[in-house]
Amino acid sequence: MHLVIIGNGITGVTCALTARQLRPEACITLVSAESTHHFSRPALMYVYLGHMRYQDIKPYEDWFWAENRLELVHATATGLDTATKTVQLDNGMALAYDKLLLATGSRGRRGSWPGSELAGVQTFVTLPDLELLTRDTRQGVREAVIVGGGLIGVELAEMLAAKGMAVTMLIRDARYWGAILPAEEAALVQRQLDAHHIVTRYGTELEEILADENGRVRAVRTTAGEELPCQWLGLAIGVEPNLDLAAAGGLDVDKGVLVTEHLQTTDPHVYAAGDCAQLRAPTAGEVAVEQLWYTGRQQGETVAHTLCGAAPRPYQRGQWFNSAKFFDLEYQTYGRVPAEPAANEHSFCWQHPTRAALLRINFRPDTLAVTGLNVLGLRQRHDTWAAWLQAGTPVTEVLANLGAANFDPEFFRQHEAAIVAQFNQQFPQHAVQLRRRKGLFRV
Amino acid sequence: MTTTQTLTADAPLPEVAGTEKLLLTLVALGLLLLLPATFDADAQRAHACFYAALGLISIGTLGWAGWKYGRKPPGVQHNNLWLRASTSRGAVAWITGIVLTGFYVILYWFSSPDDQGNFGPLNQLVHALDPFSQALRNKPSDQWFLYGAFYTLAILVMGVRGLLKYRHSPYHLIRTGSLMFFQLGFAFLLPGLLLAFQRPEFYFSYFWPLKQDYLFPDTVGYLLKDGGPALGVFMVFWTAVISFVATPVLTYFFGKRWYCSWVCGCGGLAETAGDPYRQLSDKSRTAWRWEVRIIYTVLGLIVALTALLWVGASGAVPALQGITQPLSQAYGFAIGAVFSGVIGVGFYPLMGARVWCRFGCPMAAYLGLLQKHFSRFRITTNGAQCISCGNCSNVCEMGIDVKQYAQRGEPIIRASCVGCGMCSTACPRGVLNLENGPRENRYQGSQLIHADSLRILS
Repeated sequence: MHLVIIGNGITGVTCALTARQLRPEACITLVSAESTHHFSRPALMYVYLGHMRYQDIKPYEDWFWAENRLELVHATATGLDTATKTVQLDNGMALAYDKLLLATGSRGRRGSWPGSELAGVQTFVTLPDLELLTRDTRQGVREAVIVGGGLIGVELAEMLAAKGMAVTMLIRDARYWGAILPAEEAALVQRQLDAHHIVTRYGTELEEILADENGRVRAVRTTAGEELPCQWLGLAIGVEPNLDLAAAGGLDVDKGVLVTEHLQTTDPHVYAAGDCAQLRAPTAGEVAVEQLWYTGRQQGETVAHTLCGAAPRPYQRGQWFNSAKFFDLEYQTYGRVPAEPAANEHSFCWQHPTRAALLRINFRPDTLAVTGLNVLGLRQRHDTWAAWLQAGTPVTEVLANLGAANFDPEFFRQHEAAIVAQFNQQFPQHAVQLRRRKGLFRV
Repeated sequence: MTTTQTLTADAPLPEVAGTEKLLLTLVALGLLLLLPATFDADAQRAHACFYAALGLISIGTLGWAGWKYGRKPPGVQHNNLWLRASTSRGAVAWITGIVLTGFYVILYWFSSPDDQGNFGPLNQLVHALDPFSQALRNKPSDQWFLYGAFYTLAILVMGVRGLLKYRHSPYHLIRTGSLMFFQLGFAFLLPGLLLAFQRPEFYFSYFWPLKQDYLFPDTVGYLLKDGGPALGVFMVFWTAVISFVATPVLTYFFGKRWYCSWVCGCGGLAETAGDPYRQLSDKSRTAWRWEVRIIYTVLGLIVALTALLWVGASGAVPALQGITQPLSQAYGFAIGAVFSGVIGVGFYPLMGARVWCRFGCPMAAYLGLLQKHFSRFRITTNGAQCISCGNCSNVCEMGIDVKQYAQRGEPIIRASCVGCGMCSTACPRGVLNLENGPRENRYQGSQLIHADSLRILS
């Protein structure tokens, strides 16, 4: 079997590695326009910050690919002919496949503002984006503006501020990451933004991008009518799937490449997974296009089983989890915690009075079953929470054993007693006795 | 087919602020004053320059660290590590490496006192410490006292820098404090006081096989004789008990970190003065192959040599009489001086601060075998949260490619891990945690990630 994978991001690579295990004899080719080798996309920011070099964010050493007989092709796939089962590359080569996976990922959305094509205006998703950012901010950028209050926005803010640039963020919502974070969490992130001297303009959008005489961004005008001078402008308003190849092959596309639950496109030999795929019928409460590292990995693994195996394996999203870091503040979430309180849920939120530490547990009022966790400035054990959420463990049981989920390093201040005390005050009818603390000799 | 892809340009560096320039000027002036302190023929002026130099270097470094780390909110501060020449094997790093290496060469082979008590090129520096040495040890200074003073000062000053830089982490605060305490108390003041009381200069924080001669027949005999019936016996007892009883027991409960990154002087210098260089360790599989080849050879050598010396001393094999002494000297020269000193510290700015600990130290090899096979210690990976960013591998001074484990959801159980905890600190997703758990299921990975089993190390 010749498996051709377009895209060497986490989805494509996970599929390749899984396929190599399942089918030791298969011929596997990874095609990427972006980079010779797989690299960690979330780590691009650390290259700019100087924590690492580009070669340090490659998850596998370069010998790994040849030793595992994974052929790498650094080229752009320009054409797809599903009738002859070939992919056309821009270097003149044509690749014949038995099975094809489109893992083409996504690119930053640019919006349609006047001036969004000016020099010094860009998104930040890909390796070429990093190159462009590096070149464009090497000199002459004193002020930068970032449009968008999400994860890429806060990453860009940290990167630019670390280089001494004055950063202003334009954020449409009334608070940071308002669609995801409840108000208390957003307020803690705000303290980070303030401490790092990031200026935030909430309820404000971009109106127009203004050019200087060289065709480079000179300022932006906001919807509030304010003109903010800037020599660099970051558009961090989300990402959109790369659909060019799928469209060229005549596959059905919508926002993404349309796929079945088996991640199969309209052609039986072509599959799509990761950022670029759009589920035709997502499970209730789940989204059709999901652009996450973790789901990319899951989809890559799932589709490999279908591509290699006898029985097609349906994609199952599984329990939600995610994590991020806002400057110095770590964030972990397990299960579902909506940004606004849900009617059929209690939300218990503990915050340290002075330090940046927060823990929120959502649970059902009737069964007390936990439904979600947010932590900021604390680390919680994923496996423990996955089991609790899976079993619908009552919040009283969870709090009594909270020490078992503590994943903070040794000697860190333990907050379980304070958390339980506040819970007992708030829910005296469900009073809890803390049974388990974190121990030096336990896992 | 594989071409090395690199970025076309480096990211910009922030401008150097006036305050930073001023504080670094103090350090530079201190370094400059070491020249007259070494070469000025006028002894009094040389000695004044010596103390002024140490004062300026210390105050400048502390002020700089306070300015650089203290002003910012507590958190991981690794910006620009790979962009500055000094910490990314640039020109400044080469110069620093050559100066450090050169200093060790002079110290080891060109500064032994002659008949007139002249310590070669280091003479003025050595004698500048005479008053201090008299007060502490009741005897004049020598080249090793100078070295010990420099070494301790480096750990203390750069230790304070570490306390400022990692102040958000109680683990690093306590660990760095421990290293500073053991260096100052156990490896500097106590041996000096022992000399003042006419006792053997004994280091209670170094053990066989790192301090290889502490279990050599000659040293044991000398300790028993010069240490006196009580203290001498205690010193030999201490060495033997720590080496053969306390080490396995403590390593069983805590991993080798109880020694390598909490007590040991070599580790102390690496964790403090060497902290700016931790990212330079080689993470490649090739480096790992050299590591296992070399370090276990050194362990084998010192075990064989120690056994040989005792057989020789027993007189059972007369043929050994002539060769044990040269063998012992050869080991001391090649491993004790060249490897642990010249290469171990001299190459800090080029290969990272744990070259000796990783490739050469027989104590680390011994502790590592215990840690791998007879310990509760592991670094746990948190479920499926790893994003393969590589920050953990980057800061691993022992050159462990930590992310290989994290991205499969596997615990990290490696002989070389010294448990400094920096991978856990640097992880932006809270994925890694140093834990002492039960030995059952110690290798059990997370159920939330389906580890690819393609081999990395072999």
